[in-house]
Amino acid sequence: MTTKLFGEPVRRREDARLVSGEGRFLDDLGQQALAAAFVRSPHAHARITSIDVDAALEVAGLVAIYTWEDLPAGVAEPLPLLIPHPALTHGRTAYPLARDIVRHVGEPIVMVVARDRYLAEDICSLIEIGYEYFKPVVGLEEAVSSTHLVHQDVPGNVGAHLVQEVPSAGGQSAAEAIAAAPHTLAFRLDIERSACMPLEGKGVYARWDADDESLRVYSSTQTSTSVRMAIAAKLGLPLPKVEVIAPDVGGGFGVKIVHPWPEEVLVPWAARLLNQEIKWTEDRREHFISSAHERAQIQHVQVGFDDAGRVLGLSVEILHDHGAYTPYGIIVPIITSTQLLGPYRIGAYRVEFSSIYTNTVQVTPYRGAGRPQGVFCMERTMDKIAQKLGLDRADVRAANFIQPDQFPYDQGLIFQDGRPLIYDSGDYPESLRKLKDLIGWDEFPALRESARAEGRRLGIGLGCYVEGTGVGPYEGGHIQITSDGRVHVSTGLTSQGQGHETVFAQIAATELGVPIERVSVVTGDTRRFGYAVGTFASRAAVMSGNAIALACRKVREKALRVAADALEADPRDLEITDGVVHVVGSPAASIPLATVAVLSNPLRYAFDEEAKRATQFATTGSMDRPPVAEGEEPGLEGKGYYSPIRSTFASGMHAAIVETDPETAEIRILRYAVVHDCGKMINPMLVEGQIHGGVAQGVGGALYEKMVYDEHGQLLNASFMDFLMPYATEIPHIETDHLETPSPLNPLGIKGAGEAGVIPVSAVIAAAIEDAEGFPIDRMPISPSDLYDLRLRSPR
Amino acid sequence: MHDITLYVNGIPREVSVPARRLLSDCLRHDLGLTGTHVGCEHGVCGACTVLLDGEPVRSCLTFAVTVAGREITTVEGLATDGRPSPVQRAFAECHGLQCGFCTPGFLCTTTAFLRENPAPTEEEVLEGISGNLCRCTGYQNIIKSVHRAAELLAEEPT
Repeated sequence: MTTKLFGEPVRRREDARLVSGEGRFLDDLGQQALAAAFVRSPHAHARITSIDVDAALEVAGLVAIYTWEDLPAGVAEPLPLLIPHPALTHGRTAYPLARDIVRHVGEPIVMVVARDRYLAEDICSLIEIGYEYFKPVVGLEEAVSSTHLVHQDVPGNVGAHLVQEVPSAGGQSAAEAIAAAPHTLAFRLDIERSACMPLEGKGVYARWDADDESLRVYSSTQTSTSVRMAIAAKLGLPLPKVEVIAPDVGGGFGVKIVHPWPEEVLVPWAARLLNQEIKWTEDRREHFISSAHERAQIQHVQVGFDDAGRVLGLSVEILHDHGAYTPYGIIVPIITSTQLLGPYRIGAYRVEFSSIYTNTVQVTPYRGAGRPQGVFCMERTMDKIAQKLGLDRADVRAANFIQPDQFPYDQGLIFQDGRPLIYDSGDYPESLRKLKDLIGWDEFPALRESARAEGRRLGIGLGCYVEGTGVGPYEGGHIQITSDGRVHVSTGLTSQGQGHETVFAQIAATELGVPIERVSVVTGDTRRFGYAVGTFASRAAVMSGNAIALACRKVREKALRVAADALEADPRDLEITDGVVHVVGSPAASIPLATVAVLSNPLRYAFDEEAKRATQFATTGSMDRPPVAEGEEPGLEGKGYYSPIRSTFASGMHAAIVETDPETAEIRILRYAVVHDCGKMINPMLVEGQIHGGVAQGVGGALYEKMVYDEHGQLLNASFMDFLMPYATEIPHIETDHLETPSPLNPLGIKGAGEAGVIPVSAVIAAAIEDAEGFPIDRMPISPSDLYDLRLRSPR
Repeated sequence: MHDITLYVNGIPREVSVPARRLLSDCLRHDLGLTGTHVGCEHGVCGACTVLLDGEPVRSCLTFAVTVAGREITTVEGLATDGRPSPVQRAFAECHGLQCGFCTPGFLCTTTAFLRENPAPTEEEVLEGISGNLCRCTGYQNIIKSVHRAAELLAEEPT
């Protein structure tokens, strides 16, 4: 490897088109397509008694109106439950268009196809739907105690119930360990709903080719390969006749991994039926009320600990709100309950969750996917232990850390991928040391005192997390070197702004020894790579990065073999530098990769200069052997798959200093520090970018963002005007430091980084506010009015 | 339908639009300039920001017919003779974008902002971009990009 690009802050190759307005996002495509729009339920729980389209039929420009009754067998079925689990005893999914009953505001009922979107929406407004109203179930505790049911056949509104228990080394249960502990605490924590809110909503554009009987679909998705399989199955088409492409995607953060969305089935179905191109672009209100939310949980915690603050027993009961449907199974509460343990080695652990139906938008993973809630629970617990014992909060954490010599460390639980929760590597004491240095933990008391002298109120908090990343089962990569010396890389998973084109090109250029300018990367296009899982769970760099490296190694080996023949050298003496294969120490004996690519294909019409040049190396070959030897293939290309034994565990620690206004209760983050360990970094600039973005979403979730439902199940703040996402003025400068403990599980030694930034933020901010104010902060997000109310109720 | 002429990126463009056609839709779907993006349709996110006679406006809150005869600059018009503008170069250099969906709005906003204030302070930069939402970057590198753009603009021959 002579062209060293792995680990360098290489500038992004995506940016040239994105800063010039030449990106191609979903709604930039299909300018001639018909437009689809949807009539969505304005009621949270109702029976549809009538649908009257008479007035709508008068509108010029109308092409078609569809209700559930119009759908053929495959399309009319409920959408798939993607990830079943034995504990999910009452999983329910929606119909693509509502059949009889609607269960949340925003559920699609009628699909309209018209000449353009303005007309389609005019037509939607003329369709009259009659309803018989039911009492909606809103709020977790109401859902659990309610006699009203979201689904008539789901008693108690409980979709899933799961208990996991890990006894102590001495065989004690959590209950026994807590009962026997010198100190105990019991408390309740609340986390509200938020959502991914990518700046680009979802969208689908479908083209049916009647001559070829094939379908091409563009979707703003995090998994084009699985959308393809879903469409082929639902429409009864042969898989090779369906191609799905994720174009430039304007952010995902989890919501676009759910598939197929109703529109991903309906738009292609109608495009084929009408033999017309159709496009649907989600608007912002649709995204609020018809896609997905996350986070809402209530946690009841009991903990027993010793004089040093070491946790002897921990018992957590979680109520998880999964909204009206469970298309993504119970991944979120499973992750909360398993990743809750963080970097700690605790005595005995019991976790029990109930996943509950409510008449609200469904809940599926949002960046962090249940981890922010788990970390909130564990870190609030650590702070409360320190408070009870009068110990330093960092010291209590240090007393509970898994030590560097204890890896691999088995937490005794089953993780989201169904495999044992075994941490592969890490150095938590070193992370904490770096974090304390970075934020000035030991100097803070002096800072607080000097601020207090000025009448200012400061607090400091910290939070630690471990994040399982790079979940399987696999990803693949394909490399082709063509006779012009270009390197074409493809992988099936998709990109939503992470910079995959850049980092995968860095990996390929490094592995193959070629200039990065010659490498091009395609992601999320099933025409190029058909097998993939998708981009979620901080897995793209780990999974596709390693798959591409493995594919490159195969191609490199073949290139050296072919070049060795031509140069009459031993492949072991060959090296590739700047796209040229040469004998080590003898640069004159060389052959460009472009020429090797020609040589690797015995059919050599001289279409170009390279082919002509290759003839000088052509050997006659033995007449006793076929031109393509057994086990060989023509061309200089190769495929590699990476399938990990289990997830690799990144980690990090954050700290913040906040100031609260003694009068207005305004909360300001003065400093925010991050120490992050994602193993070897492919591109530190992009890792930092991921952290910044994650922290910003975390700050949104800690201080501003919540979904406000009223008792009728109406989402009261379904717009950017009312759902408060942070602007630049709300985000503090983020200070970062890194630690690199390589993963022993994969060839590149990398761990995922995509979600990390968001995970501990609510815990850190809560801790810092608590430190400033002197009373517990157990419910997030927290607004100035919330803090003001808490002050009134909490005598200082 | 109304026949209007818009001067988009220096070129007169004739277009026939209904009165309710938004400028954002007119640019994107009638004129094929899809670089201007629509993130919220109600003027909060700033992704649709274009320059109207040099001033940043929300094209999703503007009817195309109301700007007939006016000069409009979109992200496609920021480069000069195919060379990206200092603002565009600064965003690429400082990793000031990730998914790139909000970026055209930030680029237009920043272009107008630095024209008015070529050497802004940290506070002024925050204020200058505080009407645009980004969900990917956490803004830190956008702030850096704006400062860098100011440097690059200062180095440009006038």
